[in-house]
Amino acid sequence: MSMFSLATLFRPSQFLTIRGGIHPEYRKQLTSEAEVIRMPVPPLLRVPLQQHSGAIAEPLVKRDDLVLKGQLIGRARGAMSANIHAPTSGRVLAVGHFTAPHPSGLPVPTITLRADGEDRWGEHLPRLRPEDADPDEIAAQIERAGIVGLGGAAFPAAVKLNQRKKYTLDTLLLNGAECEPYLTCDDRLMREKAEEIVDGAGIMARALGVARIIVAIESNKPEAIAALRQFSHGLGTPLSVAVVPTQYPMGSAKHLVLAVTGKETPARARTAELGVLVYNVATAHAVHLAVRYGEPLISRIVTVSGGALAQPANVEVLIGTPVTDVIDFCGGLIGEVDRILLGGPMMGQPVQNLRVPVVKGTCGILALAPWETRKSDPMPCIRCGSCVQACPCGLTPFEMNARIQSDDLEGAVKIGLMDCIACGSCAYACPSSIPLVQGFDFAKGKLAERQSRKHQQAETKRLAEARKAREEAIAEAKRQAMARHKAQAAAKKAAAAAQAAEAGAEAPPPVPGIATDVGKEARQ
Amino acid sequence: MISAAASMSALGLGLGLLLGAAARRFHVDTPPIVDEIEKLLPGTNCGACGFPGCRGAAEAVAAGNAPVSLCTPGGRDVALQLAEIAGPECGGGAMVATMAELEPTIAFIFEDHCTGCTKCFKRCPTDAIVGAAKQIHTVVPDACIGCDACIEVCPTEAIVRRVKPRTLSNWYWEKPQPGFGATETGVPA
Amino acid sequence: MTVPVLLSAPHTHTVFTVSRTMLMVMAALAPATGLGLYEFGWPAVFLFLVTVAAACLFEALCLRIAGRPVAPFLRDGSAALTGWLVAMTLPPYAPWWVGVLGAGIAIVIAKHLFGGLGQNLFNPAMVARAMLLIALPVQMTTWVAPAGLIDGPGFVPSLAITFLGAPEYDAISSASTLSHVKSQLNAGAGMAQILGGVPDLRARLLGAVPGSMGETGTLLLLLGGLALLVTRIITLVIPISVLGTITLLSGAFWLMAPERFPPPLLHLTSGATILCAFFIATDYVTSPVSAAGKALYGAGIGALIFVIRSWGSFPEGVAFAVLLMNACTPLIETYVRPRVFGRTRTGKPLPLKGRK
Repeated sequence: MSMFSLATLFRPSQFLTIRGGIHPEYRKQLTSEAEVIRMPVPPLLRVPLQQHSGAIAEPLVKRDDLVLKGQLIGRARGAMSANIHAPTSGRVLAVGHFTAPHPSGLPVPTITLRADGEDRWGEHLPRLRPEDADPDEIAAQIERAGIVGLGGAAFPAAVKLNQRKKYTLDTLLLNGAECEPYLTCDDRLMREKAEEIVDGAGIMARALGVARIIVAIESNKPEAIAALRQFSHGLGTPLSVAVVPTQYPMGSAKHLVLAVTGKETPARARTAELGVLVYNVATAHAVHLAVRYGEPLISRIVTVSGGALAQPANVEVLIGTPVTDVIDFCGGLIGEVDRILLGGPMMGQPVQNLRVPVVKGTCGILALAPWETRKSDPMPCIRCGSCVQACPCGLTPFEMNARIQSDDLEGAVKIGLMDCIACGSCAYACPSSIPLVQGFDFAKGKLAERQSRKHQQAETKRLAEARKAREEAIAEAKRQAMARHKAQAAAKKAAAAAQAAEAGAEAPPPVPGIATDVGKEARQ
Repeated sequence: MISAAASMSALGLGLGLLLGAAARRFHVDTPPIVDEIEKLLPGTNCGACGFPGCRGAAEAVAAGNAPVSLCTPGGRDVALQLAEIAGPECGGGAMVATMAELEPTIAFIFEDHCTGCTKCFKRCPTDAIVGAAKQIHTVVPDACIGCDACIEVCPTEAIVRRVKPRTLSNWYWEKPQPGFGATETGVPA
Repeated sequence: MTVPVLLSAPHTHTVFTVSRTMLMVMAALAPATGLGLYEFGWPAVFLFLVTVAAACLFEALCLRIAGRPVAPFLRDGSAALTGWLVAMTLPPYAPWWVGVLGAGIAIVIAKHLFGGLGQNLFNPAMVARAMLLIALPVQMTTWVAPAGLIDGPGFVPSLAITFLGAPEYDAISSASTLSHVKSQLNAGAGMAQILGGVPDLRARLLGAVPGSMGETGTLLLLLGGLALLVTRIITLVIPISVLGTITLLSGAFWLMAPERFPPPLLHLTSGATILCAFFIATDYVTSPVSAAGKALYGAGIGALIFVIRSWGSFPEGVAFAVLLMNACTPLIETYVRPRVFGRTRTGKPLPLKGRK
């Protein structure tokens, strides 16, 4: 525990911002001064058909098809989905499944592409002049380009734009906070492509019909602040830069809205209900490319960093590039590697198979050494309250954890489990290294599973009843057919009997004792 | 001292008799809970418990003839709910504990062995098997409740019980084990 | 290169662990303890060492009986810290078995019988002190004037005092500040007269007063407490509420009846007030977690300290005040909760003000 780390603990600015939160060691200096490098096209790319929240896209190509760069290879399925485009020209090797860039290692439908090295563009999307286009056309263009939120959540951008129809919006808030340690992709983008970001923001503001654009940037990025402060308007909409204190998790949308506008989003509501819509700066840049140049979303900037990486850098990577290719491009791994993460260290997902691809939501690839992760065995909870102090949502993580450990999941929900944003501040601050966030994820997953099981039970009950009804209907039909048959047979019998009676009336009376044929017939 | 002992004994005896009389006089018959139990059961009448339909199982549990862990398709959740209603007289408390978190199982038909005899098709209480005569049958995973009725009836033993596969949409981290010097926590499923 | 097993986010951690926190607290206590050991001489040194060692031994024993791993828990220093605090509350010339008994009560009864680390309801050091006070009134109230390491009893006579119970200290025994005040008040003397016989402020701050080690080095304890604040081990809430409440109440009563009540400054600088405000009341396990809860808890402790000192039969009220408020902590934690983001204090979502 050096004196420097002790001194950094005392921070007066914390009193003026969002509650709680933590101040981790940012280590952004590893990559913050490195300009974005474009990585060469890798020989093999794997493009998952699900890189967004929502339904899986349906593949439009099959094996051995030749595709061009930017060609539509996966169509959005349904209202909540996104298009997938080919990142480079080449041949489709397979349309099957591959390991998802996810800790579970479960498979996801993936299109495997062998690049031909020529990187030939196909047909671009039709370009628009946003000054003349109307909001619906801009939204359609964004949807065609397959743009999703590039801050990590990968929510389809076009679907979010639909909020303009439900709520009155007045502010477009661009999230340039980038609160996670190590990550500098947004920082570099703001420094190098400020004009494009502002243009993209202006286009989105026009699509939404908002009155102002605010770009929120943390105070630890002075160059980015200066770069964006040079612009006062985005395509006619007034633009201003709001400097927010450097704190994790400032980048959380609801907390950012609170820090910038002073308004707190009610629980279970969206920021749109306050009139504010939040988008990442990289998403704005992608919108600029899509609308002005007709380029779909096929590449993104990724920060490759960590103590176990040879040459940390910010790399512009094609979607679908295997993680191992990116790491090799940055010099490979050195020393002891404790974890390889996709994303930042606070909310990033660990992966084991390094051949998984970079997807639209991958902000960072981190190779962390043991001295950075500071892993240690969990000890019992000492009720110190550090987690309560750190929680930006005002929850009591130690109490929720205690209830989850004793399997009282509903009790945990009662004290606010569903309001947890899983930022990880509590587990970061816990002196006993208790895996709090894992417990919350487990509880939320288990509750969702119970819910879906209940739903499934209701559905199967309905199926069983439908089957019973169907069988009863068949049985009933059978019974009726049987009854009809019987009735018919009886009627036939009666008719035959009547006939025989008539015939018998004309015939001579039968001699007693002698059975004549007529008598026999009549009796039958 | 004798008077103290005598008065305390008399008091104890008297109050005890009063309590006993009151217990008998004001005894409340517990209302039939068969209907409540039936509501908790899945209602598919699969017969896996061995009783005639869910109504039969409900009556058995209410009468105390069956443990609360009788419903395999319902799993641990149903067993716990039944235990709450049926009260301490119900049987099978120990079995509920061992039911643990069994993964839900569904049936799976091996296509190579399927002859298309439609026996399973006719037995499935939720119509989870699709297929026609002389054609290969397959199980719809979402509709299967794991009652194993089809497994028993298949003449070529083409049906097996399988754990319901996890997908990306329903995966979550495992419950972390408490510490005290333990090594790994939270290895994902 | 093998990538190890997958672990959940977050993938980094603060430098603070349980053992670092305990170490920091012990470091903050060290100056005042050093002063106390210096002032009271060798008997104090032996008693201190015996108490801390006994605490660690009892902890190891309890862990072994409970079947828990011994090394990680001993390493985190919580047992040593508890023993240290118990030693701070003992009279320096007490026999060794008082220290061992105190450590045993604190570790075995007040900590492990409740469930071990993080599960105790009452502050272990205060439980030990209260039990010892009631069970051994003579040993626990025999105070001596500080004679210093050099002028006081030598090495071998000190061994006799601590381990053989030699009664040599009778000649220099004297009353601590608070017990002096109380006995004089009971005898009917006026406050002005009493204050004349009490050690002056400088002596009280710098430790030249009879009492336990936790009562003497007041200024150094204050500095240690400030160090804890700066390193964010404790927050300001509890110290301010404890000291503030004592000041307010004692000030109010002193203004109303200066003959019957000592001035606030006497309250703050004598007895274990500073030790309590910064080290004992701020104990993580037994204090509430939310800031408002802490404020309530601290105010309760301050009020009870004043009440017990003024009207109770014991001259020093810290131990009992802390124990009483520890009993209220679960209640406070249940009802005083932080406000959840996006919700009102009652838990309902915030109302939207007139939007579509």
